Amino acid sequence: MNFEAVRAIYGFEMARWGRTLMQSILSPVLSTSLYFIVFGAAIGSRITQIDGVPYGAFIVPGLVMLMLLTESTSNASFGIYFPRFAGTIYELLSAPISPFEIVLGYVGAAATKSVILGLIILATASLFVPLRIAHPFWMVSFLVLTAVTFSLFGFIIGIWADGFEKLQIIPMLVLMPLTFLGGTFYSINMLPPFWQTVTLFNPIVYLISGFRWSFYEVSDVHVGVSLAMTLAFLSVCLVIVWWIFKTGYRIKA
Amino acid sequence: MNPIISVKDVHKTYASGHVALKTVNLDIRQSEIFALLGPNGAGKTTLISIICGIVNPSGGTVTVNGHDIARDYRAARSMIGLVPQELSTEMFESVWATVSFSRGLFGKKADPAYIEKVLRDLSLWDKKDARIMTLSGGMKRRVLIAKALAHEPRILFLDEPTAGVDVELRKDMWEIVRTLREGGVTVILTTHYIEEAEEMADRVGVIAKGELILVQEKTELMLKLGKKQLTIELQKPLAEIPPSLAAHALELAPGGHTLVFTYDTQADRTGITALLNDMREAGIGFKDLATSQSSLEDIFVDLVRQSR
Repeated sequence: MNFEAVRAIYGFEMARWGRTLMQSILSPVLSTSLYFIVFGAAIGSRITQIDGVPYGAFIVPGLVMLMLLTESTSNASFGIYFPRFAGTIYELLSAPISPFEIVLGYVGAAATKSVILGLIILATASLFVPLRIAHPFWMVSFLVLTAVTFSLFGFIIGIWADGFEKLQIIPMLVLMPLTFLGGTFYSINMLPPFWQTVTLFNPIVYLISGFRWSFYEVSDVHVGVSLAMTLAFLSVCLVIVWWIFKTGYRIKA
Repeated sequence: MNPIISVKDVHKTYASGHVALKTVNLDIRQSEIFALLGPNGAGKTTLISIICGIVNPSGGTVTVNGHDIARDYRAARSMIGLVPQELSTEMFESVWATVSFSRGLFGKKADPAYIEKVLRDLSLWDKKDARIMTLSGGMKRRVLIAKALAHEPRILFLDEPTAGVDVELRKDMWEIVRTLREGGVTVILTTHYIEEAEEMADRVGVIAKGELILVQEKTELMLKLGKKQLTIELQKPLAEIPPSLAAHALELAPGGHTLVFTYDTQADRTGITALLNDMREAGIGFKDLATSQSSLEDIFVDLVRQSR
């Protein structure tokens, strides 16, 4: 195990984040605050409680998930795409380092950033609404699991993308809609039965539901199912990453 | 002595169908400076990239100090430093950060004193906190060399090191290469500039169209293929070569003031004495003589032409 290399990549990626700390933190915090003002304060005041939880508090786990998914994906995808774009990936490929260590460095750094961001957003949210966390252990577990999973997902996109546009497409066209339709702002029980069934095909539903359960013990699907789905998605990403390095897909001629 | 790098039956066909390397066999000796010479697109970079682990060979094996580059990649790669042809840098990083990063990537513990030495040797010390994007092309090249040296490699690959580099850096670079070699480092450089190989290399490999045409000691190569020319400045111009001298390989330069005699340094008899005797008998006086050796460039151009 080449620990020095993992440390080098991790440190390098964290330093990159540190250089742009203001915009990295400010923009997610600002957009989350906007959601709270619009959905929480303006609209939320006209909505009754959902499952016994005030609307403003109800959307907090969904919003944290929304940020977690987009930030993990974009951070990790950019982290590995940029060396490919700039050509500096030659150094990674010629270094005495295994694929596992490369992934550990890049995905570890991306996941760390999004966990920190998630906690900052939670702190921001607590300024707007009273928060209650019923199961802190599971809350943190879901937070970390999701951050790791979607950082892996971002890593895959960063390898797949062959232009800056493609880097944006998946987060914008797939992740964002699925998150909005995945119960960020509502309980899927509020939908007509047909759409409830359709929604169950959206993997993000399980993430948000499980995460929300760790706060308020209310959920759209059973928390065990949520956990299983999260782990399943994590496994799928791991298999794809394994395949990428096995075949050298888009990184090695 | 066992070769430090051994390339056996390596060939490479890219997914596009382009055959970059036909079967290549090559041994690199410890602590030598080896120049891989060839025109653009000959397969120099592909060969280097395969040895360094950036490109997968289509077949064949490479060992570095006995370590197979696929099975035992950690041991093999940790010995190698690579300076790529392209100026690929982490443009937003500082020089210090990027060079330290390289050392870590190769599994070496941080050693600020060593990094400082590398940067000083490359005249980069006063730029250590500068962002790479603010540096000139020559400075970026120095940064790439510093990165390659950051983990104290035993083998250094320089892919077209002097492309777009000014005279000063070129001199510095040769100085560094010589120092490294004295310390036992093996240096492999690719170039299409002959002077580079001629000036630096112990051995030269000529590659064209994916084939290693020949590998030879530089001096031997120049001896073997080197023809010499004797230039004779005449006292009086000649209209044509007189029949009495026709037996000699002579050319009359335009204007008739100069005769050029081409001879083989390897031959038992160069024919110079006979020529001078015949000239005296013919009553042709000369005022000056000069000899010149064909450069590696001429040899190289000949070789590549022959291989076509």
